[in-house]
Amino acid sequence: MSEARTLLADGFWRNNVALAQLLGLCPLLAITTTLVNGLALGLATTAVLIATNSIVSLIRRALVPSVRILVFVLIIASLVTTVDLLTNAFFHDLHEILGLFIPLIITNCAILAQAETVASQRSIGEAALAGMAAGLGFASVLIVLGAFRELLGLGTLFSGLELLFGDGASGVELSLPFDGMLAFVLPPGAFFGLALLIALRNYLRTAPEAQTRQTVVEDPS
Amino acid sequence: MAGLDRHSFRAIALVAGVAVVAAALMSGSHEISAERIRLNQRERLLQALHEVLDPAAHDNDLLRDQVLVMDPDLLGKPDPVEVFLASRGGVPVAAIFAPVAPRGYNGPIDLLVGISANGTITGVRVTGHRETPGLGDKIDIDKSDWIAGFDGKSLSMPTLTGWNVVSDGGEFDAFTSATVTPRAVVRAVRDTLIYFEQNREALFSQLAAAGAPADTGASGVAQ
Repeated sequence: MSEARTLLADGFWRNNVALAQLLGLCPLLAITTTLVNGLALGLATTAVLIATNSIVSLIRRALVPSVRILVFVLIIASLVTTVDLLTNAFFHDLHEILGLFIPLIITNCAILAQAETVASQRSIGEAALAGMAAGLGFASVLIVLGAFRELLGLGTLFSGLELLFGDGASGVELSLPFDGMLAFVLPPGAFFGLALLIALRNYLRTAPEAQTRQTVVEDPS
Repeated sequence: MAGLDRHSFRAIALVAGVAVVAAALMSGSHEISAERIRLNQRERLLQALHEVLDPAAHDNDLLRDQVLVMDPDLLGKPDPVEVFLASRGGVPVAAIFAPVAPRGYNGPIDLLVGISANGTITGVRVTGHRETPGLGDKIDIDKSDWIAGFDGKSLSMPTLTGWNVVSDGGEFDAFTSATVTPRAVVRAVRDTLIYFEQNREALFSQLAAAGAPADTGASGVAQ
């Protein structure tokens, strides 16, 4: 099962779609004004990733190199349309908010990249797992960035949760005793937040090495 | 046929196969969701209409008694604008307009304006806008209750000069550092009232025509 663990770790952290590959940044920057928006788009993207990866893996032996991109795009576009229609039917309020961004999942090159580099070369189980890992990695960046911007920009957290989980979740919203700084809801806040997250990831990745190097240097003295 | 070698044939078959499955998937999900989406939209529209008009004030089906009118100058867009006519026991009580405030800060602002038969406003809501978050978006009832300030107003109260934001010498508050947005909304609501004033009879006669056939003759005689 170490193969599965590697796949999970790769997709979620080491090759994180947003922080390492820097893919799919357009929806990421645009939609993360609140945690719930980020969560919703993250879940929709994850669903599409798992489904495309599985289907691409299923037909990988029939793939013809010259038309593979065309086939990937056909698959992704039809799945996204399905997700779009179903959210419109069953989560109508949420669909009004996410609006344009669900169809835009089609243009998220992370999905195409997954189909090309992972799914077309692996068994269906592994492909689905890799898709899930990549999707959850992307979703968690959306969630963290959404929470960051909502807290600082609006002074709330979990606002709109009832759109996702029904009226039972309507009391969950937290309100901080300040109005928030507008800049974080506007596009600049998205760039600041993403930059901080990428910096944090780079720090976490390099920090252990830096510490070892330091101890090596310090040892003789 | 040199062009259609084994490789090309496989490519065409693959794309065709995937396209057929994809089309089946999409029409399937359309089949499942179409009715629900239609109901959702209808529900949402009714909900929005009842934001600007008390549901108890009328007993007709607003979505049925719906007419299209066109007046680019007063209603803000070159296309037909929906008007929902409310009646109670066959008597007209209100009209709800869906006009546009064309000069918002970031483009047009969609409105719903409810006007009772005697010309006072029963409610105004913003149904779509792209105004700046935190500044212009205070026209949204979720952000501030500024928009409720229109309730009960009419063309005679305040007077025509009063139908402006404070900085233009009118009665309606503007927001700090965002005057363009409220100015656009105030003017659009005022223009909708003017339109209603000019077309009241014509509008409500359509209600009679649509609602109860018996009334058509009566209104014809009255004219």
